Amino acid sequence: MRFTVSEKELMYPGHVACPGCGGALAMRLALKALGEKTMICLPACCWTIIDGPFPMHSLHVPVLHTAFETAAIAASGVKAGLDIQGKTDITVMAWAGDGGTLDIGIQALSGAAERNDDIIYTCYDNEAYMNTGIQRSSATPKGAWTTTTPEKTPKFEPKKNITEIMIAHRIPYVATATLAYPEDLINKFKKAKEIKGTKFIHIFAPCPTGWKMAPDLMIKICRLAVESNIFPIYECENGIDYKINITPKNQIPVVNYLKLQGRFSHLTVKEIEQIQKSVDFEWALLNKRSKCNP
Amino acid sequence: MKKVITGNHAVSYGAQLARSQVIAAYPITPQTQIVELLSEFCASGKLNAKFIKVESEHSAMTACIAASATGARAFTATSSHGLALMHEMLHWAAAARMPVVMANVNRAMGPGWSVWTDQNDSLSQRDLGWIQLYCESNQEVLDTTIQAFKIAEKVLLPVMVVLDAFVLSHTSEPVDIPEQSMVDQFLPPYQLPTKLDISQAKAYGGLTSPDHYFEIRAKIQKANEQAIIVIKEIDNEFNQMFSRKYGILEPYRCEDAKVILVTSGTISGTARNVIDGIREQGRKVGLLKIKLFRPTPFEDLRSVLYKAQKIAVIDRNLSFGHSGVFAQEIKSALYGLGAAPPIFDYVIGLGGRDVTPNDIYEIIDNTFKSESPQEPIIWRGVRL
Repeated sequence: MRFTVSEKELMYPGHVACPGCGGALAMRLALKALGEKTMICLPACCWTIIDGPFPMHSLHVPVLHTAFETAAIAASGVKAGLDIQGKTDITVMAWAGDGGTLDIGIQALSGAAERNDDIIYTCYDNEAYMNTGIQRSSATPKGAWTTTTPEKTPKFEPKKNITEIMIAHRIPYVATATLAYPEDLINKFKKAKEIKGTKFIHIFAPCPTGWKMAPDLMIKICRLAVESNIFPIYECENGIDYKINITPKNQIPVVNYLKLQGRFSHLTVKEIEQIQKSVDFEWALLNKRSKCNP
Repeated sequence: MKKVITGNHAVSYGAQLARSQVIAAYPITPQTQIVELLSEFCASGKLNAKFIKVESEHSAMTACIAASATGARAFTATSSHGLALMHEMLHWAAAARMPVVMANVNRAMGPGWSVWTDQNDSLSQRDLGWIQLYCESNQEVLDTTIQAFKIAEKVLLPVMVVLDAFVLSHTSEPVDIPEQSMVDQFLPPYQLPTKLDISQAKAYGGLTSPDHYFEIRAKIQKANEQAIIVIKEIDNEFNQMFSRKYGILEPYRCEDAKVILVTSGTISGTARNVIDGIREQGRKVGLLKIKLFRPTPFEDLRSVLYKAQKIAVIDRNLSFGHSGVFAQEIKSALYGLGAAPPIFDYVIGLGGRDVTPNDIYEIIDNTFKSESPQEPIIWRGVRL
């Protein structure tokens, strides 16, 4: 069957995303999958700005802006409010950046997931606090430059594995996705929409500005992230049922991914080797997990 | 129907009778019984509400704001550190004009840990746009909780119902629980003028430039000013239906009083008895109980207090580096009156230290005997 992407646009021109913004395209695709009967809770993140300042609003769905650490519980509150009024056919989605998800918002997210609140939580991950001007978050990968991890002392710690943290909550659905694979991304949102309970979708969403790369490389960098296994595309149902959705035919060296981004330009050959080792280890671990499905 | 219930359960009955639709709460002593009983009401079907058992008070307030934004009636309860943790979202509730109702059981802030009563938790949230209503009895707690929803939904501001830890929260009193049908008549279903609506792609709370922000804040102030009138109207309406009335301030024997004692919360009941005794001695003393703290009812305060020769304010709270908060309010209310009476600020009972009739007697006695306050803060019962 030929897959078609809905022609209906729920994200209008006039938004204020930077050129090549992964987060902007992610929203456009997600809404094509979810449709008009969607409400979005936006915490502080790039999307606070992208949607447009009052009275402008580029999304053709209702949006509730909320505080930085509250995306998940705001969505839970909206869902509860709608449900008690019998409006049960509306998809409620929290849409937060990596800082709002992995750092300041992880408590509320974990709470919502533990209660299995019926929401979709999307993290568009651009691997740093981009809205405030490129500061490290716990999603920033090891070795990356940011304004708070200068080149002389780049980030030492590895990226927090939020996908596995969410899988450990044993919620009905956890998935990763990225923009080089729009059909996979759209299918995952369509699937999430049909599942009751907490759904967590982790989108690898490059920020050309913060990653120091040309905006027209955005899709390519997403593809290289998948082909190098640095960001595997997989899903997991009920915390146990793993499925790797995209397995690269030929794994490319991670250096091919790193060398296009200025944020990694200071890395030595040895450091890149270490990153390669860690990527290989994580990929092998994921493959083991996906093979021990019950 | 009369029932002997605690102050905490009076809140629960109030929130149930008001047909709260979304409740989000986190346990904290001494509030916990409020949400325990509400959980039972939800479980037994006595209340048709979604109860979100959140992982923090910060999330409790956020859930209430979000549910309120969809047009659902939202309720939570907290105390002390829970209230402090909510601080960011307390700003949000007021600025988003969400008519959330919350009970706060006044408990002292740590460290050192204290579960006992004082007012520093709620009074340190005074500048946010929340209406605060302080209660003296369990009946007042229940009635105020019901009124709070009506007030909040009329002026589109959140309302905090405040009661003293243990002295009210865990103390049983006979309370008349109104009929549901009468409460329904008093408090019709919640109709938010603008809300999250799937047929309208609107955004709420987004980036607001200096071109718009200022007006939004000015309107919060206007709504606060309007609230003083609205609260009186709603109290009258409540009185017509349930034959109970509280007012925003409650003067007692103030008409000819030379000294007026100003109190809030449960101290008011003790003070009334002491005042009766002092009146029998022939000294003209009156009591002004403050129920509404924020918005400050300047005119009403002046109309009671300006005739007194001296004013004694009891503050079970302290704004560090300044003075008791109620004394500050009274001073600002009386500023500019030609011959404003001297205001004695008695700070007493922090962290739940007992406030006895003798303390109140000595406060009044000292005020009668002194021409002016000995110190900006007159400490009662502190060992320094």
